[in-house]
Amino acid sequence: MNTEPIGESSRAAHGPEGGGNHARGRGDLAATPLLRVEGLTKHFPILRGILRRQVGAVKAVDGVDFHIQEGETLGLVGESGCGKSTAGRVILRLGEATAGRIWYRGEDITLLKGKPLRSLRRRMQMVFQDPQESLNPRMTVGSIVGEPLLEHGVAKGRALAERVGALLESVGLAPNYANRYPHEFSGGQRQRIGMARALALRPEFIICDEPIAALDVSIQAQVVNLLEDLRERLNLTYLFISHDLAMVRHIADRVAVMYLGKIVELAPVRDLYGNPRHPYTQALLSAAPGHDPRVEARRERILLQGDVPSPAAPPPGCRFNTRCPKAQALCSEQEPAWREVRGGHSVACHFAEG
Amino acid sequence: MIRYITRRLLFAVPTLLAISFVLFALLDLAPSDPTGQLPLTIGPEVRAQIRESLGLDQPFAVRYVKWLEQFFVNEPLNVVEKITGLEIGDSSGRLRVRSWATRSPVVDLIVERLPQTLWVVGLSYVVGILIALPIGVFSAYKQYSWFDQIGAFVSMVGFSVPTFFTGLLAILLFSVTLNWLPSIYDTTHEVTDLGSLWTQLKQLFMPVLVLAFYNAAQLSRFMRSAMLDNLNLDYVRTARAKGVRERAVLLVHVLRNSMIPVVTMIALGVPTIFGGAIITEQIFRVNGLGQLLIVAIQGADIPLVQTLTFIFAVLIVLFNLVADVLYGLLDPRIRYD
Repeated sequence: MNTEPIGESSRAAHGPEGGGNHARGRGDLAATPLLRVEGLTKHFPILRGILRRQVGAVKAVDGVDFHIQEGETLGLVGESGCGKSTAGRVILRLGEATAGRIWYRGEDITLLKGKPLRSLRRRMQMVFQDPQESLNPRMTVGSIVGEPLLEHGVAKGRALAERVGALLESVGLAPNYANRYPHEFSGGQRQRIGMARALALRPEFIICDEPIAALDVSIQAQVVNLLEDLRERLNLTYLFISHDLAMVRHIADRVAVMYLGKIVELAPVRDLYGNPRHPYTQALLSAAPGHDPRVEARRERILLQGDVPSPAAPPPGCRFNTRCPKAQALCSEQEPAWREVRGGHSVACHFAEG
Repeated sequence: MIRYITRRLLFAVPTLLAISFVLFALLDLAPSDPTGQLPLTIGPEVRAQIRESLGLDQPFAVRYVKWLEQFFVNEPLNVVEKITGLEIGDSSGRLRVRSWATRSPVVDLIVERLPQTLWVVGLSYVVGILIALPIGVFSAYKQYSWFDQIGAFVSMVGFSVPTFFTGLLAILLFSVTLNWLPSIYDTTHEVTDLGSLWTQLKQLFMPVLVLAFYNAAQLSRFMRSAMLDNLNLDYVRTARAKGVRERAVLLVHVLRNSMIPVVTMIALGVPTIFGGAIITEQIFRVNGLGQLLIVAIQGADIPLVQTLTFIFAVLIVLFNLVADVLYGLLDPRIRYD
């Protein structure tokens, strides 16, 4: 079973869903979502003093709700430190959630442990941000990519070597690279190795944690195209975490905007970029440079004042009120409700309708 | 790799020559007198004759070159003769480095003392490593746990309490109070059967324990920090994301990377074994190399001190090379040549 090419047909046959090869459903709300998180929270305790008592918590992720349909790509954007990577890790169970629930295909995986958790790893994978740091420097590329297969008893010996070769080929690397070490490769190649590793167990859901942030601009497009190509071929679902708005617009179906541990706006990509409702989203979009200098010259930029408040002590009311150009008295008193303002377009701002 | 080792060995030759010169000059400048411990009734002209018989009347340069010849040519030839049984040239007329105190060749004295030191100090080094590594690994994995806190406290004690204190404490407890173990290491004891092996183990126990405790204290902290350096790296998270078992994450991914500096440290520490443990050997009356050295220093036995310290220098240079080679073998990012 180990020698066939990695393609859609073979993955469907092996996938745990038992041949349920869904079409890419954009916003297909009727079906059970592939992934649903509710009130997801991750606090890192702040310990102080001789007895190391907890005096507070860094609220990296503070009550996040969203869902992802099978075959869909959800973009998760926000500036650095807003908790988007932490959210990705907690969803993948690489960190314990402080509160909230995570459902995968209707199954609650929030507290999964041991063997069931390890078998979940076959279905959910992650492409990490830093392709230099995320590969063990003392392992060859072959053993990095092959380890999941060996560890889960999928293949060994010659079959393993063949699978590793096929995986490397599927991300555009030569199979004979398997004997080399990560430091011998360029950043883009290393990211491809990371992708081959993530694909090894033929997952159906991949969290891409800033997969292109550490790469040269010239390489970014290649990697994103490869991600898109793999998504079509293997029928993958992505959670694409990034701060690159243009790239997210290109790859995502729906986009969630995160600020200080909370999602402030979530909408289909066209809606979000065309008609942003939250002042933060508007500011972010106005700050993203375009490619047309004539448009650029006329572009009106919303400059946000001040720094992001500390996630250990977020401001009361709306978290954005300290920097919001439209803030009013109400904003620092009451937290805005998370509500749907139009089909599939949700926002948390008191004045979203205005 | 072989080219690299050869180059390093060639570079070691001038280094060692320089070291030998410095050692020789330092000891020569030191105001010590081989006749200093003789009774006062012996007159100055007799003392001068004694010095002359030891070759001390000759100028510094002549003595240095002669020592070089004896150490680098005569002694190795002698060793080769001993091993092969051949006779190369005039072997009985060849001058050897001789101890002033005992008049026997220095190399023979060292060969006589080496087994005791290797047994006691070498074994304590191995035991220390075996204790330290698991403690370091587990302390790092459970950072700030009670195990880690106790480990930190015990290492601090082991690190700061000298062996002459822990040694005496052990003697007081195991020999005086409990009367379980002998307080003096008997070098003449031979292991012939199970009973004598048991006696040997009993007399080894205390010196090995005291030294191992001291070694382990340092090494376990080092192992812990090396593990901590790696535990939070991204590739460890990648391994977890792969679904690798926690034990394999720790032992295959983290430990293998953390061992690189630790192995270097262990290799660099090996020469200290041959240096003996002067204090511990004194306490338990192990007549090893450390004891030989201290007696030689007290008796102004300059050739013996020179030769011993120079052998330590050779070992240090050699094990530096071993550490570098090991580093290259363990870390694929480092390539020599």
